[in-house]
Amino acid sequence: MATVEKKPIPLEFEQPLAILAQNMEALEKQLSDNPELEADLERMQDQYNSLKRSLYLNLRPIDHLAIARHPQRPYTRDYFTTWDPSWVELHGDRKGVDDGAMVGALIEIDGIKMVAVGTQKGRTLRDKQHCNFGMPQPEGYRKALRLFRHANKFHLPILCLIDTPGAYPGLSAEEHNQSQAIAENLMELAGVTVPVVAAVTGEGGSGGALAIGVANRILMLEHSVYSVITPEGCASILWRSNDKVSEACQAMKMTAKEILQLGVIDQVISEPLGGAHHDYLTAAENLKKAIVGQMTELMKLSPEQVRKDRQDKFRRFGSFR
Amino acid sequence: MDLKDWFASRQKRKEIQEVIKQPLTTDEYCALWKQCFQCRELLYTRDLRTNLDVCPKCDYHFRVGALDRIEQLADEGSFDELDADMRSSDPLTFFDTEAYTKRQDEATRKSGLREAVLTGLCRIDGHEAALGCMDFGHFGGSMGSVVGEKVTRLTEAALERNSPLIVVSSSGGARMQEGILSLMQMAKTSSALKSFADSGNLYISILTEPTFGGVTASFAMLGDFIIAEPGARIGFAGRRVIEQTIRQKLPADFQTAEYLLKHGQVDMVVSRNKLKETLARLIAFHKPAAKATPEKKNSGEPAQPAGRT
Repeated sequence: MATVEKKPIPLEFEQPLAILAQNMEALEKQLSDNPELEADLERMQDQYNSLKRSLYLNLRPIDHLAIARHPQRPYTRDYFTTWDPSWVELHGDRKGVDDGAMVGALIEIDGIKMVAVGTQKGRTLRDKQHCNFGMPQPEGYRKALRLFRHANKFHLPILCLIDTPGAYPGLSAEEHNQSQAIAENLMELAGVTVPVVAAVTGEGGSGGALAIGVANRILMLEHSVYSVITPEGCASILWRSNDKVSEACQAMKMTAKEILQLGVIDQVISEPLGGAHHDYLTAAENLKKAIVGQMTELMKLSPEQVRKDRQDKFRRFGSFR
Repeated sequence: MDLKDWFASRQKRKEIQEVIKQPLTTDEYCALWKQCFQCRELLYTRDLRTNLDVCPKCDYHFRVGALDRIEQLADEGSFDELDADMRSSDPLTFFDTEAYTKRQDEATRKSGLREAVLTGLCRIDGHEAALGCMDFGHFGGSMGSVVGEKVTRLTEAALERNSPLIVVSSSGGARMQEGILSLMQMAKTSSALKSFADSGNLYISILTEPTFGGVTASFAMLGDFIIAEPGARIGFAGRRVIEQTIRQKLPADFQTAEYLLKHGQVDMVVSRNKLKETLARLIAFHKPAAKATPEKKNSGEPAQPAGRT
């Protein structure tokens, strides 16, 4: 499933574009009868293009959030399949559960063999339920943990794709110690001696994202977001109101560009105009290039250097006086 | 007892409870006396303090600030604070209904502390230790850059001295006002603890009322031993969030220390007046036998606590 089968669903802020596109479609239908309309149509097409460009150049943080959450946005499995159609899926935490929200894989990208994990949101209702809407339970993190250890044992680099609203807040998740599962992943990833590259492809939600995000290099797609808490959560706690989400998005500095400026991530990867869901192949190609580039650089380091590089990177984060 | 008596005594109990439930009024009265949240007993503040802020009647553990906690755990006069002057900056120039800098000042005024954690070197029953105590009273004990940095530096100091590390956690989670940088503190502290764990030194994490979110999901859950205080609420997501998500009523004791013990997440629940004793015992148990080889001490390697995978 490498291409969009349906037309992209317009988001709220894209409504002016959608209306213009509709008008153009109507005009096109009349074109066979009235050839003189062609000039009008061309003018409209120009208008459409310039509007599109200016719209996507001036996105508000909440618009990025909407794109990151777009239901047609490519997910982990889409990327895996595009990069390596013969990727091998690995299941289970070896302790009793296979969490659908976390995908484990052996994958070869541009000749580099790696162990990949990624959070997966579902596409259809049943799929979504199976994936728990992209929110892993502790068992999902333990599945990732087992794969990190596997990668470390066989000196395979690790790739993590992050697209999750966060770790699942539920009764069984707490009973099975969600916090310990996340904490242990942080510790394990800090200690592995193979290169780790993480990419936020959609939503990077809090601890649930970080649990597979302690990497030598962290990449973010242009319209993806990464934050300490969901903007909805932030708005309800700090503003005590559910309609201040836009303000919360703005205040938390959660877009790729802003996080790059804070020095937390290493690279922002450009998306096709309008977002990755407009063109899966280009998005996947851009991401692949960045991952392979970073990975090739990291593979030049010795195992001890790789670990030190990662630990030093995280040691620097913080701002105090 | 016949039925009549039973009804009579029930009525009486009800009346007494009504009387007890009357809230306290004036401030002076509150300074001298404190009412137990659990059994509603009136407690003389000075007595309560000598009993380490534990209700003598029902064993309810009141919240304890960082300074009091250090006094309770460290040998008298042995605490030597590290990074006392470190303060948060405002990396995002965060503004919600008020500026973050203003909120910081307010928090400091309320708690008398610079930040939500105090760290330092001390002795516990004569044993050298690195001790960090979080204070829920300062900014909800939230972890921002400073808390992360101080805990990391404390871990490094403990590693340098080969001394055990003890962190008393009490936190609402990561500090939203520092955004993604707060989140990264989880990774920073865990990364430092990885090096610490590899060196074969002992780390004891103490969870107190309340410990949640990013703190639980990083250093608080990484202890070789995890000790919880009775009645403390500990978890990842808050109770209300979970109730809203799963739309079910949760058990009354959900996320309490006892609940965690039952589910294999903590090693032990230790009453506050036994805490120092327990720490000293655990430290002594893991002291390397011979002083001549302090570097490699496989015999001193702490056992994996229950619940670890």
